[in-house]
Amino acid sequence: MKPITVYNLTKSYGSKEAVKGISFEVDHGELFGLIGPDGAGKTTIFRILTTLLTPDTGDARVLGFDVVEDYRKIRPKVGYMPGRFSLYQDLSVKENLSFFASVFGTTVDANYDLIKPIYSQLEPFENRMAGALSGGMKQKLALCCALIHKPKVLFLDEPTTGVDAVSRKEFWQMLHQLKKEEITILVSTPYMDEAEQCDRIALIQEGKIMSIDTPEQITSRFDRNLWAVKSQDKYSLIQTLRDYEFAESVQPFGEYVHYTDQRPDVTADVIEEYLDSRQVADLEIKKIQPDIEDTFMRLMNQEVGHE
Amino acid sequence: MNDLMIKADNLTRKFGDFTAVDHISFEVGKGEIFGFLGANGAGKTTAMRMLTGLLIPTAGNATVTGFDVYKQPEQIKKRIGYMSQKFSLYEDLTVRENIRLYGGIYGLTDEQITRKSDQLVAMLNMEELQNKRIGSLPLGWKQKLAFSIALLHEPDIVFLDEPTGGVDPITRRQFWEQIYKVANEGTTVFVTTHYMDEAEYCDRVSIMVDGRIEALDTPAGLKKSFMAEDIEEVFIQLARGAQRAE
Repeated sequence: MKPITVYNLTKSYGSKEAVKGISFEVDHGELFGLIGPDGAGKTTIFRILTTLLTPDTGDARVLGFDVVEDYRKIRPKVGYMPGRFSLYQDLSVKENLSFFASVFGTTVDANYDLIKPIYSQLEPFENRMAGALSGGMKQKLALCCALIHKPKVLFLDEPTTGVDAVSRKEFWQMLHQLKKEEITILVSTPYMDEAEQCDRIALIQEGKIMSIDTPEQITSRFDRNLWAVKSQDKYSLIQTLRDYEFAESVQPFGEYVHYTDQRPDVTADVIEEYLDSRQVADLEIKKIQPDIEDTFMRLMNQEVGHE
Repeated sequence: MNDLMIKADNLTRKFGDFTAVDHISFEVGKGEIFGFLGANGAGKTTAMRMLTGLLIPTAGNATVTGFDVYKQPEQIKKRIGYMSQKFSLYEDLTVRENIRLYGGIYGLTDEQITRKSDQLVAMLNMEELQNKRIGSLPLGWKQKLAFSIALLHEPDIVFLDEPTGGVDPITRRQFWEQIYKVANEGTTVFVTTHYMDEAEYCDRVSIMVDGRIEALDTPAGLKKSFMAEDIEEVFIQLARGAQRAE
């Protein structure tokens, strides 16, 4: 039995279809990522799987239990960290943790071992009000509260949004630790670079899954040569590449511009010759491997004909 | 540097015993895209509030578009634009009503507002959406619109506080192309972000740790001096030693 199975799930809010027939399965002990921007339907999927929202059609099971029929059996066995900070701001760190433990019929002591690596960082601030914690510390406390009853499945909805790069990195290290405890984790994020931390990912856009696979397999589906081009004047480089009659996609990527050409076997020399003819200064061009973000954009363009 | 748009000299702000911003000095030129990075709690927001004329410094000096932050905050406010992911537009007003509201606040004439509204709606291909309430628009549209509205009164500097959080990667890039375009036209762009890859879109980047600017250079220069693959690595090297967490 797989801990999470979702089949043809749909959910609309009025005339707005938030989830349009989504299917996926998560294996025992897997770290599975839902990767997509705001409005893709990620939070709706989380709310359905945590039995807080009923689906319109389709079937969803958590630990073998139906999310509608057996919701009472699911709730004690899962942990949920919603996207919006949902702890009690006017309770202290310690009080929040004890509260969540007692709601789930357990004590902090009984499961302390599981949260110790995370909670030990919060212990110096045990008596501080949760509302007065920093973003990174709030996130750690929320994770502790979601883990205090030792859930079999953990749902984390955008746990790293708005958190700085150091805290984000630490948070992912904690998730890898939890995997060793055989907790199944479903996590969502709008940060494409975090996708590579997951065992498998589903790329979601506008209520539909575009692709599900390991991060390595997903990037291998990028079916074009990808070029990274650099010049002093990035803005004019972008415009010049867009003007090129063979241009397929032109996307700024940090200090480079990522470019694909309509001609499958074009070489760097040919592109360079064009750019030279248009007086692009200090040119650098190299062939590179696509990452998740390149792949996501290519799939988006194919799916919805995004401009 | 010619045409200095921001000049901060030992700028400091204390709240009680706590030094939120601790003697920061830097300069930003005309048409420059300046990335202002730092961990949560490093003091970025406090520094931004001083530079936008919203908070008086405790010590140090700063001029923004040539005006003094102590004596001329009202002149500064007229010459800058501001956009944040958290708050920018009124959800219950339509696209056109939001443009009109901000145009009015910045003292544009009715004729200017009408002309600007038409231009802006056409530039963003929002003809069909212009009489829709902001609340019903996708996030990516809202952010592109909020950015354009922040530029409505043709400011010298636009301050962007985490402008691209949560949007899809294509929209995020369209947003950065808008930034390149206005910078190319001479507007200075001062931007904060948690996406370290976006730091590489900037001309220069500063990294704040515990209220101080610990590094300031071009993205290439930072990577070289910290012997790092990317800006994220530079950031982590610097911010890991941070003493305070917000």
